[in-house]
Amino acid sequence: MKRAWLFLAALLVVPAALAIDTNHLPTPALQARYEQLTHEFRCLVCQGEDIAASNAFLAVDLRNQVRDMLLAGKSDRQIVDFMVDRYGEFVLYKPPFQANTLALWLGPFALLLIALVSVVWIVRRRTAMASEQVEQS
Amino acid sequence: MWRYLLPLVVLAGLIGIFWRGLHTDPSRVPSPLIGKAVPDFSLPKLLEPEEAFSDEQLRGQVSLLNVWATWCFECKAEHPVLMQFAAKHDVPLYGFDYRDDREKALAWLDEAGNPYDSIAFDATGDVGIDWGVYGAPETFLIDANGHIRHKYIGPLTPARIQSDLLPRIEKLRAER
Repeated sequence: MKRAWLFLAALLVVPAALAIDTNHLPTPALQARYEQLTHEFRCLVCQGEDIAASNAFLAVDLRNQVRDMLLAGKSDRQIVDFMVDRYGEFVLYKPPFQANTLALWLGPFALLLIALVSVVWIVRRRTAMASEQVEQS
Repeated sequence: MWRYLLPLVVLAGLIGIFWRGLHTDPSRVPSPLIGKAVPDFSLPKLLEPEEAFSDEQLRGQVSLLNVWATWCFECKAEHPVLMQFAAKHDVPLYGFDYRDDREKALAWLDEAGNPYDSIAFDATGDVGIDWGVYGAPETFLIDANGHIRHKYIGPLTPARIQSDLLPRIEKLRAER
């Protein structure tokens, strides 16, 4: 039992130790943009992770790329475009709102709406049926 | 009646979507570079470090650029297939040694043979980023105008070559 707890405790420590990011930018503002950008890009080798969290070759390369572009004075927009031009929109964790992503963005709300309408409809019908029965008896 | 049919229709739709999902490999991401000109680059050649391999090499005829490295297990598995391809077909096959160690790469080619007409050596992976490389092996099919027309992610197999690559090459050659 004690061992199990130790194991669980060790698991809690792991995420912090996962990615070893050695990049530090000269100003807090640049560092903040760096951290935000690296959390926006998907690591294509290890698709569940963003490039900030991964130690894959590619993630390290892309982090360095982001750092170099920030140091060169590139805007966030330019850096995002750079990545999308090379790796496609799949590289973005937050896909842009456009024609081919409409279903992705609006689908959940459409489903929710259908569910709400169904619930209202069913409840109304049951109420109507119940009051009919009351009238009959 | 439709009360019973509707859930069935929804279920059928979901099954269709999930069925499709089962047969798409999420690790194969379509490249946005398809249809575009090859990126500008210049790299040293692996075998002749003092010479340059540039995008110029990839213009003029239909060719293949195969991204590989000695640290890549699947590339090693793909290697004999490339050897066979190079011996059988008259299509320029260029190598792109990605994020590799020159000594190791040379030793590997000595041991396993060299199917490539020429090899670009990208030690740092910088040019690889411009090509959107994210996992070797990858193979780009390039037309005579130097435009990327198709990208194979993962190793080429005899079946993939026979049923997909060769027909595509024929088609591109006929375009001229």
